Amino acid sequence: MERTEDLIELCLFMGKIMQQNGAETYRVEDTMTRIAQSFGRYESQSYVTPTGIMFTISPGAHAKLVRVSARETNLEKVNLANDVSRKIASGDMSIHVAYKELRKIQTSPTDYTMLMQIISATLASGFFTIMFQGSWYDFLPACVAGGLGFIALINFTRLFEIKFVAEFVASLLIGFTAFSLFSLGIGKEVDKIVVGSIMPLVPGLLITNAVRDLMAGHLISGLAKGAEAFLTAFAIGAGIAVMFSLF
Amino acid sequence: MWIEYAIASFFASAAFGIIYQAPRNTLIKCGLVGMVGWMIYAFLVWKEVDSVPATLTASFVIALVSQTLARRSRTPMIIFSVPGIIPLVPGSLAYDAMRNFVLNDYSAAISIAAKAFMISGAIAFGLVFSEVLNQIMKKMRQTKAQVR
Repeated sequence: MERTEDLIELCLFMGKIMQQNGAETYRVEDTMTRIAQSFGRYESQSYVTPTGIMFTISPGAHAKLVRVSARETNLEKVNLANDVSRKIASGDMSIHVAYKELRKIQTSPTDYTMLMQIISATLASGFFTIMFQGSWYDFLPACVAGGLGFIALINFTRLFEIKFVAEFVASLLIGFTAFSLFSLGIGKEVDKIVVGSIMPLVPGLLITNAVRDLMAGHLISGLAKGAEAFLTAFAIGAGIAVMFSLF
Repeated sequence: MWIEYAIASFFASAAFGIIYQAPRNTLIKCGLVGMVGWMIYAFLVWKEVDSVPATLTASFVIALVSQTLARRSRTPMIIFSVPGIIPLVPGSLAYDAMRNFVLNDYSAAISIAAKAFMISGAIAFGLVFSEVLNQIMKKMRQTKAQVR
């Protein structure tokens, strides 16, 4: 009996880690059923949404639920969780070892320092401006605006409980920086600068994942992700528009 | 212009790899996947193909390349495909649509938003299509093995 409970906990924990770090919905469901299968449970059912996961090991057994309250994209953790599930499937790992391993993954610090992430957001902003046919004159102002916006996003996400407020404030800052630099004569096309520097905030991945989930038949996940993407896009657009009307 | 595009898309994708915490040894591959996708897209748009089919083609190729890389290094495919599709993602269109909404130009906003939706649909369709192709190949290989 104890073994079944442990197995359920393991499946749920695995699902939670994958869902929190940006794995696709179908992959989360697939991994959970596979783990159950490798311990001889062929009739498990899982129901995964962006905000919570339900799992039952066999028909008639009680269902368990975990809440997923915050989501981010951390591909390293998805990769590590995938390794663990691979080892479980090939029979190299027991339930207890796997659980410990997953706990280690969840609490492990991020691989890149905050500074490295800020630098990459800065450079990404500049290069996106170039990709959107901006000139090299726009590279530097886009870097400055994008980097400041990303720093603001990280800090305000800690400060405010609501993610969209942080995104709104960050895009206000981006708009302010871009328009002030432009009015000081730095940069050629203010539109390209703004578009490049908001790219680190834009919910592009979320939009794509939403459509993909809808196509795969995960209708609730798709709509939920779509709603999240819409709110983020709205926050960013509103922040820029405020600055647009001021300058 | 093409060299600029190649450099910019490589570094933008690799930088997104860092933002999304991709494992260190995959960063260069992430950059290359993004570069391949963006070059295909930019080339097709330059040849006056509409941006929706161009995006579809690019994301299909990105998914194929990501699957090959994922199979070779035994990692989930999204490690390569997520940073790779970032350049294609209609972030600037979504922003443009929202800006028009907030400035009360609703008709322009709706048409841009529809375009952004079509492009994200094209990305998703390209990814799904290559996944389906992969599954069919896998099934064919399995049935072959069973026949033997």
